[in-house]
Formats: sequence, structure tokens, C-alpha cells
Amino acid sequence: MYSIIISGALQGVSAYLVSVEADVAQGLPGFSMVGSLGSEVKESRERVTVALKNVGMNLPPKRITVNLSPADIRKEGSAFDLPIAVGILEAMDFFDDKATEGILFLGELGLDGEIKRVRGVLPIVREAAARGISQCIVPAENAAEGAVIPGIRVRGAAHIRDVFAFLSEKEERKREEILPGKSVDVEALFHEDRYGETADFEDVCGQEAAKRAAEIAAAGFHNLLMVGPPGAGKSMIAKRIPGILPPLTLEESLEVTSVASVAGVLEEGRPLVRMRPFRSPHHTISRAALIGGSSNPRPGMISLAHRGVLFLDELPEFGRIALDSLRQPLEDRVVSIARAGGSVIYPSDFMLVCAMNPCPCGYYPDRNRCRCTEPTIQKYMGRVSGPILDRIDLCVELQAVDITGLNRKKKSESSAEIRSRVMRAREIQTGRFEGTDCRFNADMEGADIERYCQLGRKEQEFMEQMYHSLKLSARAYHRVLKVARTVADLEGEEKLNTQHLLEACFYRPSLEYWM
Amino acid sequence: MEEKKIRVINKEEKEYPRRLKEIPKPPEKLYILGSLPVERIPSVAVIGARDCSEYGRYVAARLGSVLGRKGIQVISGMARGIDGIAQEAAVDAGGYSYAVLGSGVDVCYPASNKSLYEKLKVTGGILSEYPPGTSAIARNFPARNRIVSGLADAIIVVEAREKSGTLITVDMALEQGREVYAVPGRITDSLSVGCNRLLKLGAGILLDTDEFLEELKGITAKRCMAWEDRELRENTSEVFRENDRKEARLPEGEPELLAIYHALDFSPAGPEQIRERLPEKYQGTPIPLLLIRLCMENLAVQVSPGQFCRKE
Repeated sequence: MYSIIISGALQGVSAYLVSVEADVAQGLPGFSMVGSLGSEVKESRERVTVALKNVGMNLPPKRITVNLSPADIRKEGSAFDLPIAVGILEAMDFFDDKATEGILFLGELGLDGEIKRVRGVLPIVREAAARGISQCIVPAENAAEGAVIPGIRVRGAAHIRDVFAFLSEKEERKREEILPGKSVDVEALFHEDRYGETADFEDVCGQEAAKRAAEIAAAGFHNLLMVGPPGAGKSMIAKRIPGILPPLTLEESLEVTSVASVAGVLEEGRPLVRMRPFRSPHHTISRAALIGGSSNPRPGMISLAHRGVLFLDELPEFGRIALDSLRQPLEDRVVSIARAGGSVIYPSDFMLVCAMNPCPCGYYPDRNRCRCTEPTIQKYMGRVSGPILDRIDLCVELQAVDITGLNRKKKSESSAEIRSRVMRAREIQTGRFEGTDCRFNADMEGADIERYCQLGRKEQEFMEQMYHSLKLSARAYHRVLKVARTVADLEGEEKLNTQHLLEACFYRPSLEYWM
Repeated sequence: MEEKKIRVINKEEKEYPRRLKEIPKPPEKLYILGSLPVERIPSVAVIGARDCSEYGRYVAARLGSVLGRKGIQVISGMARGIDGIAQEAAVDAGGYSYAVLGSGVDVCYPASNKSLYEKLKVTGGILSEYPPGTSAIARNFPARNRIVSGLADAIIVVEAREKSGTLITVDMALEQGREVYAVPGRITDSLSVGCNRLLKLGAGILLDTDEFLEELKGITAKRCMAWEDRELRENTSEVFRENDRKEARLPEGEPELLAIYHALDFSPAGPEQIRERLPEKYQGTPIPLLLIRLCMENLAVQVSPGQFCRKE
């Protein structure tokens, strides 16, 4: 007998459907699997055989063939255990072939028949729903994750025995009792307070310039560099940036959840990621871990930070290779990882926040504490690759907070207040860039800057004076204009004035004053 | 050597600097690119820390510039920091300056002073006791310091830490009988500790340049005919406190800009520190913006992304 079961596999963060074909025939006893399989898929044979034996369904001494189609794409992952087991059982006539019709199966089997969680349930269920599949059976732990997709019934199963019972049952009502459909109220999830438990800017004492820089960066989606001695509060501020970004929309939330699901880092009990991600990799991170990769591609840190913040603390300590690999994702907002077996694309639309000490000891330009020589400082700065600095629009210096400042206990502005200004500025940008390639001020390039950052006569003269007296480079000049645009948007002003330009100039990232 | 226009002078030759003949262990040979200091014109060594503060930078530049304008020869080691800054200022002010290197005269060390090196070849000279091609070796540097102080009639220490290489030069200067002056600093600044210690030990105190020039005249009147011959230019009446002159350049009608300018000094400060120095009525002013304005007016300098100093 022969059977076809629907399952799915991942390609990047999207998915495609796989049909698992099983055949049980007379012949020399054996179990073979074909269809361009990765090693963990091949091992499925042993898991399925033993799991079935342990629930009392010994495989017959017959010729069993399993094919995973399309056979020309390499399949990875352990999620095919359940569909293969179900396919074999169906081919052995344990139940009617109508029983599995229109159901997608996903799950890894333990040797005792337990169904274990797998990666990438969300994107696979999403693809299934788009292809008109009405039901799916997934590991119980992944059920909530799949259930956020509307228009498809997601059942979570904890043991292969339950799946067997479900498929053997003909009556719909009883079926529902065995494996009830999981439901998740996405609307309700979405209306809960998403910022409740996150760190708030009101805990940050002083550091007004850094807070302001964070606000401008968040409003225009500019990348930010913070410089300051150890303990000044660089990480503290970085951690609070997701809290002043606008809440994730449902669409964005699904994207973020998909990446987390593919990477297998989705928290249980939280079917949908509702907070903007904040990722802070250690500086020893490898290139593959940062941008994604390995022979069996998985999303890297930058994709896990998609729609959120990627924080690189101790920027000069990061490996040159790792840092340089950020260039293309920063530009394209997606990262494409090419492997011999084909390439995958992961989203990587993140805000880059970096932090560094001003010199190896951390106290420059305070010559009373800093004993670094100029060449040492230059060498330290030189480790930050130019192409990364080119993509940073704002730079701010933090100074060590003295103890009296910490004791003042005066609450500063809360994240919610800052966020409301950020959101207003973002709305203005959405309106401005409608129908163009830009989404935020940070995306503007040459022609866009000329178009959207027009200066009045007085401002033009002022800008020229600034350009000459501060010896700005052409790049710095454009950057000041871009950031000034965001400053004006924060105030809801259409025209750029000299105050906006001055503030933007204060935050301009030119490392030359160290040299 | 011919090609590079390097001259070599033995101790016995007539041209050999008289000042060096007086010192213990004068160099046997001197290699010269450019010219030698003129005997009849007073010369002053300006020395100090390589990694100096903004204050040291300012003082070295002013001193160099005043000495250069006056026509007094500035001797130093062309190192990073105080040495190079003073020499550059002297040359830029139209004066003459001489660098004594610890490497061969054809080796520009540090490489970052290449432009100064080129200038000195024309308006002054590069001197060394080491043959051309000798690379910069640390152990040669203390020895060359005796030539720096030996060629000078007086030496001024601008900034030095408590244990500084500059103090080696001071010891040698004292051994050679040269006058030593030190620029006082705040007792809290580690870069001024060396100078303040020298003052305690009885070094001359450098408060303003007119005073110094008057004293220099006293020291060198016998030896240097230039004072008599009126070869030196008239006094330039430079003082270090020149806020009065500066205020004329400040834009009018912006009292808060002026207030911030007055709140700045030569130690780097960020907007929040500056805010603390401001009177109550200016507390609400957007300090970062005004700081950039001051930079545009060339009245302040942004030494790091968030820290500013007053500019001369």
C-alpha cells in the first residue's frame, strides 16, 4: 500500500510544503529513505522504527520505502519523524487514507513515542494556511506558535499514541476531544501592555545628551555610536532603546516570531513576540553566528535582532571579519547566505547601536586619568572598520556619572513619553516617504536628501559656514542634514532651522577629533 | 650624504656651536640638515610631555609663537606633543627652530611630524649626533636631551608628569648651568605635577612672556650680541590672559553664548559639567547647540564627541 502525507520544511524564514510518500510492499525486508536528505533526516528511520515498536506497532518484515518530495531540495531537521511514522502506518492500513487528508504533520519522535518540539513551526503553518490546508498536527509545545495563524486548525500532540487515536477515530466530535484545536487570541495578545516589564528610561540619571541621541536615533532609525568610560551607562541606555521604538505591528510581530521560530529560540508560552528584540552578542562572536550561516543555515544575531536593536558593546574588540560582514545587511536590510546547496535569505532590518571606550583605558580625554599615548588611541580607533562607521549617523559621548548625580533620585522622562514623540516623528516619515524606497530618514541618500532636507537661504548660509568652520567632510555634511531632518520631525516642523542643524552637528560622528 | 645635503661638523671645527663646547661630554660630531643655531641670537628650549593636555597644547603654541615672532631660536626634540607644537608655532610665526633628534637626521621620527620636519629644514635645522640612517632607538633619546639643553640658553618645561623623560633634560640643563623655567599648573592635574615640583625646587616661574623675555635678556646679554644690535624684533606684548581681546570677537546680543564661553577652560568638559558652571538664569539654554556655535566661531574646540575646550 502506498500513502502521501503533507509536511513542510524551511528555507530561510519562509517554508515550502513537502509530501512524505511511504510505500510498504512485499519483498526483501528493509527500510529505505530517499529524497535528498540531511543526516538528521536519515536518522529519522531509526527513531521511527523504535518509537513505533515501543508503542506496540512493530513494523512488518516488508520492503518499506519513504520518499520526501520535492526530491531535489535538501531536507534538514527532525520534523519529518511524525509524518514518516504516520505515512508508514497509513500505508500499513492502520487507518483510512481519508483520515490524513488535508492535514499537515510536523514533529520529532522520541524512542518512547513522545513528540518533541521542532523549529520553524510558525512559517510552515503559515505556508500551509496560504496553500489552503485546513488542519495541522504539531508538537504540543509548538501548538500555540502555530495557532497565531488564522484560517487553519492547529492541534498539538504530545505522543504518537494520541495521533494514532485521533486518526483512527471517524467521528469529528470525538476527534476534537482527543486532540483539541489550539486557539490563541491574537487580538488580546496584541492589546496587552507590551512594555510592562522592560527597562525604562526614567531609571537613567543624567546623561541627557545620550538619551536625546537615543531618541533621535529611534525616531529616524539612525544607527548610533556611544562612546564613554566603563560604567557610564552605555549598555543601560542601549537596553532601553527597544522601549522607545513604536510597538510592533502584527505583520512585524509575525516576522520576528518567524525568525525566532526558525532559530528555535521562541519562548514557550509566548506564541508571538510582541517586544522589539534586543540582541547583544559578545565581541568574540564569529561571522557565521553574527550574520547567520553554517552548512545548515540558521539565522544569525542580526536576523534575531530583526525589527529591533543589535547592540555591539566594545565595538573595537569585535573581529574585523565579523564587523565587515555587517556591511551588506546594513545596506540591504536582508542578509543572503550563499552555500553550495543554494542560498537562503534572512531578514535583517535592525537598528545598530554600538558602544566603545574612548581609548584602551577608557578615560581619554581626561589626561589626569588616561595615560594612553596618541598612537595607542589611534590604533584603538583604527580597529573600528571605516565602512561600519560610515553607516553610523549619530555619535554621543557619555561621561562617568558622579555619585551625587546618582543620589539625586530625580526621575527623568519615562520611555512612554519619549516613545510618543518618536511615534509622531515616524508617522511624519511614513507620510513623506510614501511610494518611495525610503522608509525612514536614515534611508535617505543623495537625491532624497536634496529633496527632503531643503534649506532656506539663511539656513543654507549657516550650513555653509558650519561646513567650512568645522571642516566637515561631504559625508558628514549629508549626515548632519539627515539627522537634522529627524530632529525637525520630532518637533513636528516642516522646515529645517539652524537649531536643528546645530543639534544634528553636535551628534555628528567624526572620530577625527581623537587623532 | 652629499645628495641629502647633510653636513657633518667635528668638535674641533670652527663652526661647532660654542654653547655645546661648554657642556660636559659634548658630541664628537654633529650631523646637520638645514642650518645651525646662530650664536649671537638667544635660543630657548621648549620641552614637555608627549601626551599633553589641551592646556599644555595652548601654552606650548603661544610660547612658540611669541618666541618665533620675537626672533628667538626655539630648540626642542621634535617629539609628539609639547616639543612639536612649540616648534611648529615658532616656525609658523616666522621664527627659527632647531630639532635635535635621537635618530639620524634623515629619519623623521615621529612620522606624524613630517610636515614640521620639512619646515625645519628650511627655517631652522635638524641636528643629530648619530650618523644618517640611524633609526629611532629609545636608548638614544636621553643622550640627545643633553644637546637640546646644551644648545639653549634657557629651557622652559611646559607640562611634565611626576616621572617624566622631560625631567632628564632638566637635570642635564642644571648640570650644564642653563636656566630652567617651568609653567605652573593646577595641583590636581597630573600633567602639571612635574612642573610644579620644579617650581618648588626653585625653577623660574613662567607667568608671562614679557617678563620671561626680560629675564632672558639678563641671562644672555653677554653672550648674545643680538640684544645689543637690536636684531631681535620689538616686544610683542603677549600675555596669556587675553579674554579682553577675545570678547570683541564674540557675537553681540547673545549673552548665553558669552556665558558658556566663560564657563569653558582648557580642561575638556561636557555639556552637563558646563551646565553646572552656569548661573541660574542660563540653566535652560540648549548647551550642546551653543557649544557647536562657539566651535563655528573658532572660540571652542570639540576634543571628543561630547567634550569641549576653550580655544585661544
